[in-house]
Amino acid sequence: MSTNGSKPKFAMYWAASCGGCEIAVLNIHEKILVLDANYEVVFWPVAMDTKYKDVEAMPDGSIMLTLFNGGIRNSENEEMAHLLRRKTQYLVAFGSCACEGCIPGLANLSTPQQIFDTAYQTVSTDNPQNVRPQFTWTAPEGDLHIPAFYPVLKTLDQVVPVDYYMPGCPPESHQIAAVLDLILAARRGETSLPPKGSVIGAGSTTVCDECPRQRNVKTITRFTRIQDVAPVDPDLCLLEQGVPCNGPATRNGCGARCPRVGAQCIGCYGPAEGVLDYGARLMTAFASVIDAKEPAEIERILDGIPDLVGQFYRFNLAGSLLRASKAAWAAQQAQQED
Amino acid sequence: MPDAFEPVIIGFTCNWCSYRAADLAGTARVKYPPNVRLIRLMCSGRLDPTFVLKALSSGADGVLITGCHPGECHYIEQNYKALRRYLLLHRVLEQMGIEPQRVKLVWASAAEGVRLAQEITTMIEEVRALGPLRWPTAAQNKGRQPVMAAQEAVR
Repeated sequence: MSTNGSKPKFAMYWAASCGGCEIAVLNIHEKILVLDANYEVVFWPVAMDTKYKDVEAMPDGSIMLTLFNGGIRNSENEEMAHLLRRKTQYLVAFGSCACEGCIPGLANLSTPQQIFDTAYQTVSTDNPQNVRPQFTWTAPEGDLHIPAFYPVLKTLDQVVPVDYYMPGCPPESHQIAAVLDLILAARRGETSLPPKGSVIGAGSTTVCDECPRQRNVKTITRFTRIQDVAPVDPDLCLLEQGVPCNGPATRNGCGARCPRVGAQCIGCYGPAEGVLDYGARLMTAFASVIDAKEPAEIERILDGIPDLVGQFYRFNLAGSLLRASKAAWAAQQAQQED
Repeated sequence: MPDAFEPVIIGFTCNWCSYRAADLAGTARVKYPPNVRLIRLMCSGRLDPTFVLKALSSGADGVLITGCHPGECHYIEQNYKALRRYLLLHRVLEQMGIEPQRVKLVWASAAEGVRLAQEITTMIEEVRALGPLRWPTAAQNKGRQPVMAAQEAVR
């Protein structure tokens, strides 16, 4: 690592996420050397040993680019979002969690009590004393605190202003490399940066647009899981085969990787261009192609999708219009009143 | 009772049947409570579930969707699309913990001014009994726009 002061500074941070985004960055292969040659990496918990106080000591705005992945699950995540926002020129909501909540955001259907019951008290959990996390604990040495758990997980832009969004779970590696190059090219004055607040490293249409499968007029008489379709037609639109494929509402940029290899799109690139609520767009799309007019028959077809919020908001619940279930919001408001 | 809860209901009407039913109720001086704010669409098939979610998450206590009776759609069968979207949306709202009475679908022909007024009154009383929804995202969702891709950006 160079300490050359003329190189722009780079940081990457993970909040509530799985670590897949970090792997996606490492997956840019030899371009990682370009990253090291052209940026000074000042903060990246997964790759180097730095402390939060090191970031606090940096001058405001001194980090050129921060890739922030993960949702805001607790007070530590929120504190880091504010700190990195202060220190960073270009703060990128990197990956689905930071952009729209992703899988951790699905917990917004549940209350903290339900989440902790699942984590600490199911049959597969060895916890005979039913130990639960305590947010404050009085030890002989003094009071200990761990970060407060938020009942409603937030996206990065619900906490701090975000300069750019890079969707994907995780973002495709070639696009990560392209974004790193773009920032460098803009710094050399060879190009200008896109307007703040826009999506970069992704397309502006839908996954269907990049999907090679043949599409016809859709008339759906049943929805079913893909493993129950035998055999799956390799060339025909999956939705037409009754497989709930999220392509119609999902932003392109991945090259339709999943449908190309016979798996339905699950929507990790988030809402397509102009879509305010991802799930609502999918509801529109799916309901339009159901071939039934009688309520009972429509209900029977809808029974084929047992978990509708899981289907329509798998990656997007925290970024949707409603953001969380009524019960989770009630818990959030109770916490705020405490 | 200055602080009595007055529900806010957003009502979507279709140009050809239910809007005219509401109009007829007006000309015939049939009274219904002012809690419903009617928005005219060309057809109930134009009703994107986004509209309903936007209304509920921006401060409305309920949403009324209206259209032509099945088989009588001006655009042949778009009201069936509205029916399917409504049934689907209802399941999603239930999973999100929103009471089913807050979103209602009513068919009303251009001649059914009295009936539509009755349905509106019934729904308002049902929502009044449930109490306010007060979804906490109201401040953030007003004027919220989708995030757009950078035109000249790297892809």
